[in-house]
Amino acid sequence: MTANRKNSREIVEAGLARRRRKEATFRATGMLATAVGVIFLGVFFGTLVMQGASAFKQTFIKLDVEMSESVLAPDGDLDLAYADFDGLVRDALRRGFPAVSGRKERRELYRLVSVAAGYQLRDELTSDPSLLGSTITIWVPASSNVDMLVKGNIDPAIDESLRPISDAQAGWIESLQQADRLETRFNKALFTNGDSREPELAGIKGALMGSFYMLVVTVALAFPIGVAAAIYLEEFAPRSRWSDLIEVNINNLAAVPSIVFGLLGLAVFINWMALPRSAPLVGGLVLSLLTLPVIIIASRAAIQAVPPSIREAALSLGASKMQVVFHHVLPLALPGMLTGTIIGMSRALGESAPLLMIGMVAFIVDVPGGFTDPATALPVQVYLWADSPERAFAERTSAAIIVLLGFLLIMNLAAVIIRKRMERKW
Amino acid sequence: MAKKSTAKVLLASALISMTVGATAVAQSGRDYVYVVGSSTVYPFSTVVAERFGRSSEFKTPKVESTGSGGGLKLFCDGVGVDYPDVTNSSRAIKQSEVDTCAENGVTEIVEVKIGYDGIVLANALGAPAVSLTRADLFRALAREVPGEAEGELIENPYTTWADVNPSLRATRIEVLGPPPTSGTRDAFVELAMEGGCKTVPWIKALKSTDKNRYKAICHTIREDGAFVEAGENDNLIVQKLEANPDAFGIFGFSFLDQNAEKVKGAEIDGIEPTFDAIADGSYPVSRPLYFYVKKAHVDVIPGLRGFLREFTSERAWGDEGYLSDRGLIPMPDDERGEIAANVKNLTPLKLASE
Repeated sequence: MTANRKNSREIVEAGLARRRRKEATFRATGMLATAVGVIFLGVFFGTLVMQGASAFKQTFIKLDVEMSESVLAPDGDLDLAYADFDGLVRDALRRGFPAVSGRKERRELYRLVSVAAGYQLRDELTSDPSLLGSTITIWVPASSNVDMLVKGNIDPAIDESLRPISDAQAGWIESLQQADRLETRFNKALFTNGDSREPELAGIKGALMGSFYMLVVTVALAFPIGVAAAIYLEEFAPRSRWSDLIEVNINNLAAVPSIVFGLLGLAVFINWMALPRSAPLVGGLVLSLLTLPVIIIASRAAIQAVPPSIREAALSLGASKMQVVFHHVLPLALPGMLTGTIIGMSRALGESAPLLMIGMVAFIVDVPGGFTDPATALPVQVYLWADSPERAFAERTSAAIIVLLGFLLIMNLAAVIIRKRMERKW
Repeated sequence: MAKKSTAKVLLASALISMTVGATAVAQSGRDYVYVVGSSTVYPFSTVVAERFGRSSEFKTPKVESTGSGGGLKLFCDGVGVDYPDVTNSSRAIKQSEVDTCAENGVTEIVEVKIGYDGIVLANALGAPAVSLTRADLFRALAREVPGEAEGELIENPYTTWADVNPSLRATRIEVLGPPPTSGTRDAFVELAMEGGCKTVPWIKALKSTDKNRYKAICHTIREDGAFVEAGENDNLIVQKLEANPDAFGIFGFSFLDQNAEKVKGAEIDGIEPTFDAIADGSYPVSRPLYFYVKKAHVDVIPGLRGFLREFTSERAWGDEGYLSDRGLIPMPDDERGEIAANVKNLTPLKLASE
């Protein structure tokens, strides 16, 4: 006996070092895996923030503009739609740099300021017609190339022919800087404008509103349908081969590539139901198909987590099946269902592939005001900007991604908070 | 409390979904111009759309980027507010597409040529400058190249540029280009590859005897890794060229123009891809860009006539217009005048075969 016991102890002690080594190796592997993940994430966020941070600032130039009647209304009557506001901007620039002469130099000079300057002047005069004839001091956005130079994205040291800013232009920018007529400010346009082909005018508001309308449609459809389906399948449906088949299909549907839903949307909603292309309504319908399985699966799991004792107690007190479900099971399962819905929504927010098929990859300047106005979505805006040749769109692409990630973070955080605060544990 | 509120939530969301459905049905008519088509023309079309939207009382046109073929398909689906008014194209419309259009009631189409686009072969700025001929390009990139004997085709054996032409450097052939769905690829194949292909006499003779075989030889790009399909994102190609000085990329002139401090264009047949060389037609790999308009939609869709006028105005497509700032190569003055007049009178397209 004693020999035997000693023997097994010896066996354990002999193997101990090896077991500890194994454990250490496993831990090291796990740590390495986590570290790789964290490093990739860090590099991803790092490059995004480094590239995108400067897009939240925009360079502005101070101009003294004379709202000259002879330029705006050469034949006496002022028509705001056709008046030559760009001419006013050119006048102001010429007066600011009287030494500049020659057609080519002047053209270069005019390119310092964004085309937005003219629109801005028109808006000023529209809101206050008494400005006609007076001289106003106004900050207007600089053109995107000037902006890139000021932010250091264009290297002034390289050969002049290779960069979009000439030496003369760089000189004017410097003199503007010295006269305190040039500064970088918060880029409000990024949040208040729709898309534009001028980087300094381009904003994400149109895409944000498009995403918003789509998600409203998605929630309005996918949540009630998903919850109803989950309740029926869990509480009412008889267990049969049919319900098994449905369950397998729902689980499969959750893994179908999203582009397939886009094709379905094109065939059913646009070609057959004749709903308008590029509309958030159709986008929302497609995305609700996409999120439905996610919501059903999460809701069923939440219902399953409600202990049977609650149902049995209610039934034993004389409640009907319907009362059991709506008075007891549903309120207790709701936090889980909401969490699942929010996770589904954040997946829908990040989708762009199905939107390709239904015409939402489009250049749309006007901010959509309803469910059937043409619209894009945030991920689509990222895709469109990433493909634009103008350099200033590179930083704006990163900025749009940062905003998109911000929304995803908020939504996922909301899901965590709802789970933490409302969940009941038994 | 809890039970009531949940029931309310469900009821409210069901109501919302119903009202959303109802507004969609009520939607009819369209108060903006609807443009689809080529991703090459997209940067130009969108600038015009935006300028037009900002300076007129009309809404800004919607421009969808669907590719030339996809755009023409949507365009030819029918007449009415649900169908596009204009489609952009980086190639001329085909007879088969005109037929499809006619079957669906789209009979009068106005063709508008807007200018030229050069296709460049570029490498990193730090890499040595190269001068290639179209024959070099064909031999470097075709799947099958002519062998020693007349009429013989062999699987492309060349791995370095020096194999193709001894005067070139002995670096590995690596060209990043657009996928087959792209109009840029079509144009590159037709202008550069076929141009080089035709320099072989017996292949040129095939054109009249066996056109399909001729096309198969001239238009098929090798698939053994020397030509890399880099997707439609040209910014990505520029980045890859910076990282790899031995690689070449194929893209439109406007990207070269915007990235002049990162990449440079190779000389083709001794001509450098510059604005002037493309404008006067001496640079061999350039193509016209078009858009097509449905005559039936003009004066029905608000703003369509104005959009056409803006696109064909001197300040847009002129020598110093804002489209030339974006890399569109303008047509000569008299050609512009002629096309602008056609647009004004809405002269419908007549294909040569009709």
